[in-house]
Amino acid sequence: MTQPIITFDKVNKWYGDDFHVLRDLDLQVAAGERIVICGPSGSGKSTLIRCINRLEEHQQGRIVVDGIELADDVKAIERVRRQVGMVFQQFNLFPHLTVLENLTLAPMYVGKVPPKEAEERAMEQLARVRIAEQAAKYPLQLSGGQQQRVAIARALCLKPRIMLFDEPTSALDPEMIKEVLDVIVELAGQGITMLCVTHEMGFAKAVADRVIFMDQGQIVEENNPHDFFDHPKSERTRDFLSKILGH
Amino acid sequence: MAAVFTPIAPRRAPAGTTGPLAWARANLFANPGSTLATAVIALVAVLAFPTVFRWAVSEAVFAPDANACQAARGVGACWGVIAEKWRLIVFGRYPFEAHWRPELATILLLGLVAASGLRAFWKPWLAILWLLVVPAFFVLMAGGWLGLAPVPTDQWGGLPLTVMIATFSIAFAFPLSIAVALGRRSRMPAIRTLCVLYVELIRGVPLVSLLFMASFLFPLFMPVGKSPDVLLRVMVAMTLFAAAYLAETVRGGLQAIPAGQVEAARSLGLTWWQAQRKIVLPQALALVVPGIVNSFIAMFKDTSLVTIVSLYELTGALNIALNSDANWRPFKIEGYIFIALVYFAFCFAMSRYSLWIEKRVSAGKAR
Amino acid sequence: MSKAKSWWRSQAFRGLAFQLLAVALAAFAIWYLAHNTLANMQARGIQSGFDFLSQPAGFDIGESLIAYEPLNAYWKAFLVGVLNTLRVAILGIVFATVLGTLIGIGRFSRNAIVRGICYAYVEWFRNIPVLLQLLMWYLLFAEYLPPLADAISFGDVVFLSKAGLSFPIPTWGAAGFAWSIPHPEGFVMEGGVSASPEFLAVLLGLVLYTSGFIAEVVRAGLASVSRGQVEAAASLSLTRTQAIRLVIMPQALRVIIPPLTSQYLNLTKNSSLAVAIGYPDVVSVATTALNNTGRAVECIAIVMAVFLTTSLSTSALMNWYNRRAAIRER
Repeated sequence: MTQPIITFDKVNKWYGDDFHVLRDLDLQVAAGERIVICGPSGSGKSTLIRCINRLEEHQQGRIVVDGIELADDVKAIERVRRQVGMVFQQFNLFPHLTVLENLTLAPMYVGKVPPKEAEERAMEQLARVRIAEQAAKYPLQLSGGQQQRVAIARALCLKPRIMLFDEPTSALDPEMIKEVLDVIVELAGQGITMLCVTHEMGFAKAVADRVIFMDQGQIVEENNPHDFFDHPKSERTRDFLSKILGH
Repeated sequence: MAAVFTPIAPRRAPAGTTGPLAWARANLFANPGSTLATAVIALVAVLAFPTVFRWAVSEAVFAPDANACQAARGVGACWGVIAEKWRLIVFGRYPFEAHWRPELATILLLGLVAASGLRAFWKPWLAILWLLVVPAFFVLMAGGWLGLAPVPTDQWGGLPLTVMIATFSIAFAFPLSIAVALGRRSRMPAIRTLCVLYVELIRGVPLVSLLFMASFLFPLFMPVGKSPDVLLRVMVAMTLFAAAYLAETVRGGLQAIPAGQVEAARSLGLTWWQAQRKIVLPQALALVVPGIVNSFIAMFKDTSLVTIVSLYELTGALNIALNSDANWRPFKIEGYIFIALVYFAFCFAMSRYSLWIEKRVSAGKAR
Repeated sequence: MSKAKSWWRSQAFRGLAFQLLAVALAAFAIWYLAHNTLANMQARGIQSGFDFLSQPAGFDIGESLIAYEPLNAYWKAFLVGVLNTLRVAILGIVFATVLGTLIGIGRFSRNAIVRGICYAYVEWFRNIPVLLQLLMWYLLFAEYLPPLADAISFGDVVFLSKAGLSFPIPTWGAAGFAWSIPHPEGFVMEGGVSASPEFLAVLLGLVLYTSGFIAEVVRAGLASVSRGQVEAAASLSLTRTQAIRLVIMPQALRVIIPPLTSQYLNLTKNSSLAVAIGYPDVVSVATTALNNTGRAVECIAIVMAVFLTTSLSTSALMNWYNRRAAIRER
């Protein structure tokens, strides 16, 4: 592939002395590629994507994001984070700010965008996730699904090249999962690089270029969705799929 | 990408990322600011340590020798004043030969308090223990019974006085505070108003003013001719004071119990009073234990104020011990340090205990 | 028929009866105490009433913000006391807040030594009674401050001696604006303004003690902001300073303000301990007045009224702020 936008090269991470959470991980993500990562809990999938925007630090190996190597250089980390947007399982909206203020915060203070333009950008993103009418409300006045859509819009306001989703629908009531997934599917069709940790396999089939199965800190299997779901190669993959697709 | 999957066994983290060296790098030298702070503090410590060590240890006088202390003035601490006067400080004006009595009484009371704090001892016989130890305490201190010489209350002092005031004021304040907390949440406006007035009045004024009230006004409140004992009056004031603050703590615990609990109880046919007694209070009180311990710590420190109304707890006892003795009077600072360390030891231990209890309570609530 | 017969069993009636009983008991208790008090005062020949406030006080007050002489009325003496209390309380609140906030934030420092020092500071100053701390500082000042003639000077404009901390103060005189610089003249410090050792001891003791509690309040407030907020701010590429200023502090402040106000009230009430050192706050003045006139009820009532007013108005202010700042939920 042409220069990958994300490279993991023999990455190792430990929590404490003994918990080897990422083991000799190699991964390359092409620009515009849409990847779904699945696996049992404790497999390191959340840790993997949190390493991409340096919310977690790796101890060995190299991680290169958009041409910048992730190390202790604070300025480099800030540059990386401007290109990487993240959506959390618990939304993490700022409760003391209105929806609009949540979205204009980063562009104004990080991107040095003037307030008027930041507001226009924010309203644009809110319209994109179909929640523009809630702009003046406070996050805790909205439902879970609405909050997550605002969180997606907030991450998009910095115009990142990469979007990370850490189990975006796991904290939602069932009837709100669809509205959030619809937004992500729409986003996926617009050329942005996406890594999504999720258990929603229907979503993976619809949107992913590649599905990665992780277990115990390693990539066990990766393939395009069709081959992944219909012809899993590894025993572990088959085991996992039978558990989550069974019900 | 069709390689066969070969699992990798877990390894231990490499040496450079964990262990004391890695800890030092992360916690002492993480960035330029941190390194500078470490360097400056280390420098100050190195420069100051010899002076402090000289004063407190190497040039200090440990023997109860007034002349040696005078000779070492300005150069070394006189810990001899503690060796000489500690019994007067700890037991106040209590008759010297009978010091075993307040000593035993204090140990019993402290043991009782410690036992009451441990969950393992929350059994019915704890109440019996209270009924035994409390009279025993007063018999030992006051005497006049079982062949013990009587000792009037104005001679009680020092540590036994502190422990006694703190313990009994909290013990008596506790039932009062529950009543006031329930009253504050009552739907009857008159009861609620009375309780609010009581709490806000007491919490709005300094303890010193309440002690002055006890000292000057309580005798006026009594029928003409009767004047109750100073210690009793101070105990009443401290109890009323403690109850107002404790009532807020208990109220916080009551508020933490979801309304659904009372609803469930009422729907089972219990009256409001029964619901409070059987369902709400037991749960609320468990939540409130850390608050009670904190109140006890605060009372323990607040007992130092009774010096102002001429009851001689530790600070007052120190003044009596040293003011009348010209040989030792210049060494009051060492005496103050000794008392500070005593208070610190008790209060720090109790606050660690309170934190431990809090962790256990919240662990019980975690899903 | 049965409904009419058992009306005395109804909830409403019981509630009413209980309340009437409680109010009656309270009223009786107050009447009983007042009756005894009047009887006792008569027996001891003590007069009652606040008229003594307009009589000359007859005692001097060590330090005062306003002009005061022993021949002034008692009410003026009380006013001096109140001003002295406010003086030490307000300065104490300002310094304690600054110091406490720094130490509370320091508990989160990346440097382990700084964290340890902050922890030790909090535990040390919180676990020693404030009265003991006041007495210790006063003793240290009385013992180790040099006499006026040998005052420690900082650039010849600030002096530290048994007369306290003397520093220059701007004055407006006939020649307009000028600095009044302190300089020792014999046994007195001329010029400038001097903070007496008593004032310094009370201020220092209150500030150090209360800052320990404020540090804990600040720490708990900062800790109450969930990690997710910190991570969201980081993922938006905000610097650490921006994250603290825009995301963490606003949320932490809502949790900090109520207990912080409570600490301010505690500091104000603790200033009453100045009576043990001889700093003439309102309690000291009241004690002297009480001893002179024997009007215990009136003097103690004045002290309580002063503190109650402060407490209640601060609580009202805090309730107003709380309502305004509450995070809006559905």
